[in-house]
Amino acid sequence: MQQRPIRVLIAKPGLDGHDRGAKVVARALRDAGMEVIYTGLRQTPAQIAATALQEDVDVVGLSSLSGAHRTLFPRVVESLREKGLEDVLVIGGGIIPAGDIPALKAAGVAEVFGPGTPTSRVVEYIRTELEKRRKAS
Amino acid sequence: MTEGLGEARKRWEDTVLGPVLKRYPERQPEFTTISGLPLERLYTPEHVRDLDYLRDTGFPGEYPFTRGVQPTMYRGRLWTMRQYAGFGSAVETNRRFHYLLEQGQTGLSVAFDLPTQVGYDSDHPMAEGEVGRVGVAIDSVEDMEILFRGIPLGRVSTSMTINAPAAVLLAMYQAVAEEQGVDPASLQGTVQNDILKEYVARGTYIFPPGPSLRLVTDVIEYCSQRLPEWNSISISGYHMREAGCTAVQEVAFTLANAICYVEAARERGLEVDAFARRLSFFFNCHIDFLEEIAKFRAARRLWARIMKERFGARDPRSMMLRFHTQTAGCSLTAQQPENNVVRVALQALAAVLGGTQSLHTNSMDEALALPSEKAVRIALRTQQIIAYESGVASTIDPLAGSYCLESLTRRIEEEAEAYIRKIDDMGGSVRAIERGYIQKEIHEAAYRYQMEVERKERLVVGVNAFEEAEEPPTGLLEVDPAVAEQQRAALERLRAERDGDACRRALEDLERAAQGTGNLVPPILEAVRARCTLGEICDTLRGVFGEYRAPGEM
Repeated sequence: MQQRPIRVLIAKPGLDGHDRGAKVVARALRDAGMEVIYTGLRQTPAQIAATALQEDVDVVGLSSLSGAHRTLFPRVVESLREKGLEDVLVIGGGIIPAGDIPALKAAGVAEVFGPGTPTSRVVEYIRTELEKRRKAS
Repeated sequence: MTEGLGEARKRWEDTVLGPVLKRYPERQPEFTTISGLPLERLYTPEHVRDLDYLRDTGFPGEYPFTRGVQPTMYRGRLWTMRQYAGFGSAVETNRRFHYLLEQGQTGLSVAFDLPTQVGYDSDHPMAEGEVGRVGVAIDSVEDMEILFRGIPLGRVSTSMTINAPAAVLLAMYQAVAEEQGVDPASLQGTVQNDILKEYVARGTYIFPPGPSLRLVTDVIEYCSQRLPEWNSISISGYHMREAGCTAVQEVAFTLANAICYVEAARERGLEVDAFARRLSFFFNCHIDFLEEIAKFRAARRLWARIMKERFGARDPRSMMLRFHTQTAGCSLTAQQPENNVVRVALQALAAVLGGTQSLHTNSMDEALALPSEKAVRIALRTQQIIAYESGVASTIDPLAGSYCLESLTRRIEEEAEAYIRKIDDMGGSVRAIERGYIQKEIHEAAYRYQMEVERKERLVVGVNAFEEAEEPPTGLLEVDPAVAEQQRAALERLRAERDGDACRRALEDLERAAQGTGNLVPPILEAVRARCTLGEICDTLRGVFGEYRAPGEM
């Protein structure tokens, strides 16, 4: 049976308006054969989870450059769990100090990609990680 | 001067250059600027043959202002050194302002947090996690009073990066100045007040374009009558460049937006020369040194021509493109962050050689966090070294006459003009934004650049070349998370202590004014004085104007 393409939601939680990175990553994932939905700006965690459910995505990619990631990324993970989406791979990017990463990982964000990350690395990570999870389940 | 030059060049190419190229090919088949403009091997007088010195270049302080807006430029007065600052509470930011002024900074520039920028009080659910993060949290005129405590507003000039609620923050500033006993007519500074670029790049819009343009024009009109020394708008290419557009697009989209604002003010019945001298601009200074210098010169000439030819301005001050510059945040790397000091120095030098009126130099740690005090000090010192040691401030527009630079200046001007014509054909920049044209152009350029970096067609030191293993950086600024709680408590106290009836009346007056057509700055000023909060004022306007929803993207 042929596997369906990987489906990804790229989301901007909070009030941050910097979406260059989010859009570039969205486009790169699409060029790599994934199906990508971009939420646009100013999404609440609940809205992001609702879209993730509705779009039946495998991955949620969160972007924030405002410093609100500490509060908002864990909230998104919680909202996804409340909707029964604990299997969805959650990753993040933006201006995120190294010191904040352990707390984000503990909260359920699988990986954080900082400035300068090649999009090819994100593509590779998503493929490998989903494959790992597929085998494990 | 160019007689016989073509033949001489041909001879040089055949006898000198040719043999060398055969043996040692150049590093790349072609060379382009970071924006993709072709750069030739060598520029000669042939490239500037069409340039008419008096028509195209002229003298500083005179049309078309290619060489600068002041007759003496930095020999008379250096540019304003203005570091964008703000984080946490008004108390903390006030402390940073005092620090910067003590270090020799010559103007203030306020960064507001995101809830303030999109018109939410600190206790609004959407403000969760954002209070005091990217700037200072301002909920009412009382915060504003704390922000400027001990700073004489009659003597300092202040720039405020505020757009959708620009009228509200300007009113707060005026109210604080009046409390300090300063005549509003003498206030110097700038409100960004440039909503159009928010829809395409920066994202802090509140209302739809129609009422937003009304508010922009209200501020322009109000300033022209009451705050004659205040720059009523700072039409900004900075954020579009950060979002990934090219140098040519930065000039084109900024000036296209400027054209829209001028038209809106004229439709209001204002004479061009009554307000145009208080229009100001804000550009990025990216890492491509020559292209950036040319960009500033091209923008100045093009704007002067637009104002004179298209809008019939007669006052030369209406034709002057006066601008603030910030070095390119997007050019900073999180890798080997100390290298950013060098990037910023090059960019700041280009901004000065391009004739900027004021300058913010980024701090080396800004790809990691808000800047620490030490990083800010080095950034400010960078400007001071350029100003006092490098010698470039001693003569005006020193690179004029460079074959390469004049040729690039011309090229950028022509290409930007072509873009503006295209936007005109679409019906102007509001229509172009509504169609998603500008957004798409910016995104295409951003993606093209990213792919060039990933294919290593462009090298970024520390990112895709000369990488090294690094320890995570230390000494980054941490915003105290208690600020949200403090703001909430202050709001509660304010709401309990103020005259509730006066507030209600002020907001009702504002609502009625918004339903009509009058200028909204006076009723906003009354609401601010009555201790209405920013969120209450913006909610009142939301009730009348509605909110902007970005069209479905991608």
